[in-house]
Amino acid sequence: MQYEKNPLTPHLQIYRWQISSLLSIAHRIIGVINILAIILICTWVISLTFLENNYGIIESFFNSSVGKFFVITISWTFSFHILNEIRHLVWDLGYGFSLRISKITGVLTVIFSFVLAVVIYLFGKGLN
Amino acid sequence: MVQFSLPENSKILRGEYFKDKTGSKNIKKVKVYRWNPEENKNPRVDTFEVDMNNCGPKVLDILFKIKNEIDSSLTFRRSCAHGVCGSCAMNVDGVNTLSCIKSHTDIKGDLNIYPLPHLKVIKDLVGDLSTLYKQYESIQPWLKTSQTQTEKKEILQSQKDRSKLDGYYECILCACCSTSCPSYWWNGDKYLGPAVLLQAYRWICDSRDEERKERLKKVADEFKLYRCHTIMNCANSCPKGLNPAKAIGLIKKMLATS
Repeated sequence: MQYEKNPLTPHLQIYRWQISSLLSIAHRIIGVINILAIILICTWVISLTFLENNYGIIESFFNSSVGKFFVITISWTFSFHILNEIRHLVWDLGYGFSLRISKITGVLTVIFSFVLAVVIYLFGKGLN
Repeated sequence: MVQFSLPENSKILRGEYFKDKTGSKNIKKVKVYRWNPEENKNPRVDTFEVDMNNCGPKVLDILFKIKNEIDSSLTFRRSCAHGVCGSCAMNVDGVNTLSCIKSHTDIKGDLNIYPLPHLKVIKDLVGDLSTLYKQYESIQPWLKTSQTQTEKKEILQSQKDRSKLDGYYECILCACCSTSCPSYWWNGDKYLGPAVLLQAYRWICDSRDEERKERLKKVADEFKLYRCHTIMNCANSCPKGLNPAKAIGLIKKMLATS
């Protein structure tokens, strides 16, 4: 290529973030966090089958402030990922692409992810 | 390959400062990306103080004013100056647009002007779009029929079928969308990008074209098509108000349902 050795014009450094691009990268990062969380939860469940003591350890973790923060965070990341994935499914059906609609659904996703996180947390607390 | 930071030879240095000489009170600071292939140096950002009392309303007017009155070496592409040709596509205030239809009064504070993102720069605001043109060629953007040269019969199209091209045929290939797409930044060699995929869809949904199936088959590729993750920077930047994300979504849907 003729211009192979020329400098590359700036991209991430200068491009202004849009709601849509922020949500897109957030969806990816949160997806990775969710995978790690699921692995952690599965490890806990498996550990229960090995030692009776493990239940106590995990329970005390969940009752600590760090544990509560963890539960609330995971409730939110799961909520966000579920709601944004629904948005992606609707796109896959061919709807909701217009700039206005996609912005509205984006903002709604963020708002309702917090609502859903609180609902999940309170529901989980009610089970205790 | 995904490389978030700029390569060593592309790091931007602080450039020259051109102070206003007219004594005007209505001054706007315009920062412009500069790179000259004849100097063996890194790109820089020059700052120009521009007298806004004697300047047209568009970003392109500012560029012309700088070129005519301050620094004649400033290089940029332009042709029609009415948003029809797509030559003056550049990154204005962080979003790709045509500088000839972007009003500078919309932009508060300093005005930042860069070339289209993630291209090899040729000079100043001119980037190399040859990869994009090759990709455009690869989708064969012309009508394909089984008619031979000798027949030459008019192919009719109903109003309804014609209206399916609305929102797609208006594309002027300015490359604002493709160069705004992070996916295209990281996989520009294999991913076709929003501009070319919108054009692909324009031919796929044309009722007169007889190779719709082949066209769909050709574009159905993990890299060519499915690198689109609906980031929607394309639709956000399109100066003609088109929606490449929708076109790509519809191609995906066609492939899923056919």
